[in-house]
Amino acid sequence: MDPKKVIICRCEDITLEDVRNAIKEGYTSWDQLKRVLRIGMGPCGGKTCRILVLRELAQHLNVPIDEVKTRPTVVRPPLRATPLKVFAKEGK
Amino acid sequence: MSTYDIIIVGGGITGVATAYELAKKKAGRILLLEKEFVSAGSTGSCAAGIRAQFGTEFNIGLMKRSLDKFEHLARELDYPEDKIELWQGGYLVLAYSEKEWENLKSRVEVQHRLGIMTEILTVEEIIARFPQLNLNGVYGGTFHQRDGHADPLHTTFAYARAARRLGVEIREWTRVEGLVQERGKIRGVKVNGELIEGEKVLVACGAWSSHLMKTVGVEIPLWGEKHEILITEPLERAFAPMVISFSIGYYIQQRPHGSFIMGIGPENPAHWHDPRDFDFSPTWRFLERMSQAATSVLPMLKSVNIVRQWAGLYEMTPDAHHILGPIDEVPGLYIAAGGSGHGFMFGPVVGELMAEWILGETLSYDITRLNYQRFQKGELVREPAVVG
Ligand SMILES: Cc1cc2nc3c(=O)[nH]c(=O)nc-3n(C[C@H](O)[C@H](O)[C@H](O)COP(=O)(O)OP(=O)(O)OC[C@H]3O[C@@H](n4cnc5c(N)ncnc54)[C@H](O)[C@@H]3O)c2cc1C
Ligand code: FES
Repeated sequence: MDPKKVIICRCEDITLEDVRNAIKEGYTSWDQLKRVLRIGMGPCGGKTCRILVLRELAQHLNVPIDEVKTRPTVVRPPLRATPLKVFAKEGK
Repeated sequence: MSTYDIIIVGGGITGVATAYELAKKKAGRILLLEKEFVSAGSTGSCAAGIRAQFGTEFNIGLMKRSLDKFEHLARELDYPEDKIELWQGGYLVLAYSEKEWENLKSRVEVQHRLGIMTEILTVEEIIARFPQLNLNGVYGGTFHQRDGHADPLHTTFAYARAARRLGVEIREWTRVEGLVQERGKIRGVKVNGELIEGEKVLVACGAWSSHLMKTVGVEIPLWGEKHEILITEPLERAFAPMVISFSIGYYIQQRPHGSFIMGIGPENPAHWHDPRDFDFSPTWRFLERMSQAATSVLPMLKSVNIVRQWAGLYEMTPDAHHILGPIDEVPGLYIAAGGSGHGFMFGPVVGELMAEWILGETLSYDITRLNYQRFQKGELVREPAVVG
């Protein structure tokens, strides 16, 4: 498969090739890739792309997937995209 | 002879900008150590607003220089413009009382004198330019077109990459456990229990700085304060400026990528001195207060989806200004931290001036008043125009 055509992150439209190039430049953790490519920053919050990226990193670094460096997990709600007015009402 | 001429601890905007400027001046062997990755601290969680609309001559002059640098940064660092994403849609500062309005207007005089051409806008003029706004309770506003935004991640990566190109060694996922002094002067830093020697050491660890300084017995009044922020789904460009209120404490801006990014100051923030206390958990209360403020001033946001919410640290000092310069008790040791909610925008100019200071050059802008002794001497630097 052509890595230019394989979409890894549907929300932000990022291909396997984009991910591989960034890894080559030295962005070798999920958090760094997210920050340099915006991968995982879309409305789904990385639910679909995170695991694909971790797998690519594990392969590149030649380590098991749970040894890929990540920061301690920070939860960044909302779990589903929600409009501002929902919370504005709560605040009243 | 030490292994390194200069060791920089911390890979936020302050550390990488200083590393780059030092390397540009051919300052020798430079090592930058970062406990996670470049941009992992406050820099990576900030709103990245940049503005020269300050209240004191000192800050306006300093930020004017920083703006000049931002305007040429992509070229200087040889990094794609569209990634640094400099956006100069202006800052619109709204006044919510007669007194605040008078204060804002009085600052504009100083700004004009220094070449920052801020406009004073009546409520009618604001509505004519920005019809999306609901100006209930607003007395007027000031607007400066060159203010705006730059991508904090790419700006930091751009500096890091340029620094590397000039020979700076950057080690990520490397935590400095302590500073090491010998015979009353700096000797280096400790990593994994081992000494890395450096002639000079710069601590640029943001909110983590005071904790690290303690390892050589130096007390710096600097603490972390939790500030929350959120971002929406991307929309077509609908609103250009950063709109802020110093009195209510909110700021809202649409980023070039399309998302709206916004924050509002905490109600009763704790002062954290010890990194073990740092808490980055997002709160429901923030969502409510933020949504209330945002949908009130920009009603178009009501049906826009929030996609992410997070918290970061303002690295605060008693007068909300940086602490910069050499530490007299430990020759060879320097600090550059304490941006207090505006450390990103000052990053480029702080990097440039810190490089001059560390190399013993004459400072091209006198920032010596930002030394750490000012607190003992009671010579605080006051700035009325701070948000949140
Ligand atoms: C929500 C929010 C919004 C903000 N909005 C704005 C804004 O609009 N405009 C603006 O100008 N500023 C803003 N700020 C402030 C700005 O983010 C900071 O002032 C600035 O990023 C500080 O940069 P720094 O490099 O000094 O510190 P940091 O970015 O915190 O960098 C310090 C680095 O040191 C590392 N470190 C710490 N301890 C060690 C150790 N022992 N060993 C190795 N490495 C270590 C950390 O991992 C970190 O990467 C905002 C901040 C927040 C939280
Ligand atoms: S698929 Fe990557 S953020 Fe949604």
